Formats: sequence, C-alpha cells, structure tokens
Amino acid sequence: MSRHGPMIAGAVIGALAAYLVKSGNPGNMGICVACFTRDIAGALGLHRAAVVQYLRPEIAGFVIGAFLSALVFGEYSPRSGSSPVVRFFLGVFAMIGALIFLGCPWRAYLRLAGGDWNAIAGIAGLAAGVVIGIVFLWNGFTLGRAHATSKVSGLMMPLAAVAILALLVLQPTFGKDGTGPIFFSKEGPGAAHAPLMISLGAGLLVGWLAQRTRFCTVGAIRDLVMLRDSHLFRGVLAFIVAALATNLALGQFHAGFEKQPVAHVNTLWNFLGMTLSGLAFTLAGGCPGRQLIMSGEGDGDAGVFILGMLVGAAFAHNFSLASSGAGITAFAPAAFAVGIVFCLAVGFLSRDRV
Amino acid sequence: MTDATIVDARGLSCPEPVVRTRKALAALAEGRVDVLVDTVTSRENVSRYARSQGWTAEVKDEGDHFVVSLRK
Repeated sequence: MSRHGPMIAGAVIGALAAYLVKSGNPGNMGICVACFTRDIAGALGLHRAAVVQYLRPEIAGFVIGAFLSALVFGEYSPRSGSSPVVRFFLGVFAMIGALIFLGCPWRAYLRLAGGDWNAIAGIAGLAAGVVIGIVFLWNGFTLGRAHATSKVSGLMMPLAAVAILALLVLQPTFGKDGTGPIFFSKEGPGAAHAPLMISLGAGLLVGWLAQRTRFCTVGAIRDLVMLRDSHLFRGVLAFIVAALATNLALGQFHAGFEKQPVAHVNTLWNFLGMTLSGLAFTLAGGCPGRQLIMSGEGDGDAGVFILGMLVGAAFAHNFSLASSGAGITAFAPAAFAVGIVFCLAVGFLSRDRV
Repeated sequence: MTDATIVDARGLSCPEPVVRTRKALAALAEGRVDVLVDTVTSRENVSRYARSQGWTAEVKDEGDHFVVSLRK
C-alpha cells in the first residue's frame, strides 16, 4: 500500500466527500475539518452561532478509525511534549485563518472540485503559507522533541471522540427553553448533514485509510516544494480528481465565482486567510486532517492542536472573525495580523539549539 | 571503515527527521548514516528520501525506536 497508498486514499476520500454532499452535508463540504470542528464547538455551546452547530460524526470517525488502524498495525504510540501550548495557539490561528477563507485545506480542494473558483485564491494562499513555513524548516525550525507517555494519555482523543458520538446519540437538551447543553442548528449549514451512520462510516473509513497512507494535504505541498517528493501530492491530485468526477456524476459541479455554497468572493482574503492557516499547519507538522489522525495514533501534541482549533472556532464566532457568504468581517484583518505575527514569531524563535 | 554518522531524529515532527537526514547525507559523498526515529511514519519518510538520493536504507527495530541505516 505504501507507494500508491496516498493516491488510493485520496481517490476514495475524494469520492466519499462528494457522496457525503449528496447524502446531506453542505455544498462542497462533504468533509471539512475546520468547518466540522467549528460545528462541534457550536454544538458544545462554545460559540452561539445558531446556524453552525452539529456534532459531526465524521470528525469522531477520523480519530477512532485512525486509532483502530494504529492499534491493529502496531503503530499506536502515546507521545507528547513537543511545545504543546505553542501548538494549541497554532491550532487557534489555523482555525481563524480557515474561517476567514471558509474551509480547511481539504475543503479548499473540494471547493475547487465543485467548481468554486474562489478556492483557487485559497489554495494559492495555502501554498504561500506552506512556503513561508518551509523557509523556517530549512533554518532549523523545531518545536522540540515529543517523548513516549503512558498508554492512557494516548487514549484521550479517541475517548473524546466516543464522547462526541454519545452526545450526538443522546442529544441532551435539558437546558432552559428546551435547548442546551448540546445545541443543534435548525437551519443553515449546521442543519445540513448526512445520516449518522453514513457520516460515521465514512469518517471511520477515512480515518483508517489516512492513518495507513499518511494522507496529508499540507505535507503534499510541503514535500513537493521542499524535497521534490510528489508522494503525498499525488494523493491530493487523486483526491481532487475523484471528487470532481463524483461531483460531475452526481450533478453537483457548478462552475463560477458567484453564489457558491458557504463561500465569499473576496480574493485577497481568501488568499490571506489560507496563508495564515497554511503557515500554522506547516509549523505544526501537518494539515488538520492529519492532526486528527495523529491524535488517534496517540500523539498528544496533535490532540492539543485540535483542541486549539476547537477553541479557535469559538473565538472566531464569538469575536465576529469568521466570514460568511457576504464576505469577511470588519475584525478579520486585525485577527489575521495577530495570527501572522504569532506564527512568524514562533517560526523565528523556535530554533534548534542542538 | 569509519563509524556511522548518527542523526537522532526521535520525537521530532514531520518533516524534521527528513530535513536532518538530508543535511547529514549532503555532507557525505559516501559512507554510512544511522538515523534514529521513533515513529513508523518517520521511518518510511527517511527511507524514501534516502533511496531517492541513491542511498540504501536498512531498518532495525530497537524496541522503543528504529535505526534506519543509510549506506552509499
């Protein structure tokens, strides 16, 4: 599976993502790690944007699928300790950047495969962010070493994923007015979702495949530019082609800039939002999907990055930083500036002292 | 025969093990470099990179880590 692994995984995941839209997920959002983590933050009441609240089973499935795969193949290895707090804030700003663009790298490619040409600026921005990260990597950037930890520490994220699923099934809404503590959107993207078993099944399969093949949408660009290694990049190409073909087959391909689902047409900020995200992901060692997978393998630092994304999503909506179809918010440029200064400072200051 | 150059890449995030391997290989025309890694992903990445540069890669499982021996 190793040589063609990423291509096989990419093709299956791309087709599945388009199928998930057909099954009820929002347009060009069959899978979006940023959007779905944001929806989970909303369902947990961390933000109160009523249209984006749902406990996305795909996310839980990624972690559990990767956990099971890692266990079966003897790759489960609890580890932690590589600047976890820095990674938390990289997760925060990766999410803020993604919500300025409206999507993680996975969704940027899926938007492209759905004919949303605004994604081109996002992908260009993503590549720019990755290239900035590469400059730091060439100059000895490191967040330090992780170390083996107790078996139980690696179980935290898989258990959290199980808890998300339990809350989704139980739907506790005993708060006043009959809502909360878990919130579910009645309209908007949060109300658009595939049936539970389809979403969960897809999530588990994606988690398993991505764990086996190390599928990574940021590593793809990084390794291609940095090492002239197209191993992961071919996976992303297969992902886009499979999603495009499935979208065409299902009548879901609509080319253009205007009236695209959960997207805005501000080219500059589509670019810059993803530049911030791409840099944060590169400094953290992988795209958000990959971080979920690694958290399932027992990587506590990746788990902390995901928790940072969860909190970043709450900030993004509570502080009115997240874009909407109408465009970016008045506060997004300031948040971008803070985020980029943070990431550059981390890049400059986290050097190898060996 | 001289001793192997040791690159300790244990606990480092992607792609740092490959970056360090690359630096070590670039400094040698031939010889042996032992890269220590502790995840299967890093083991694969280091091996793949070294082979792409014309080195042979041989892996030994040391229990809590792997030694990837690169030779040219």
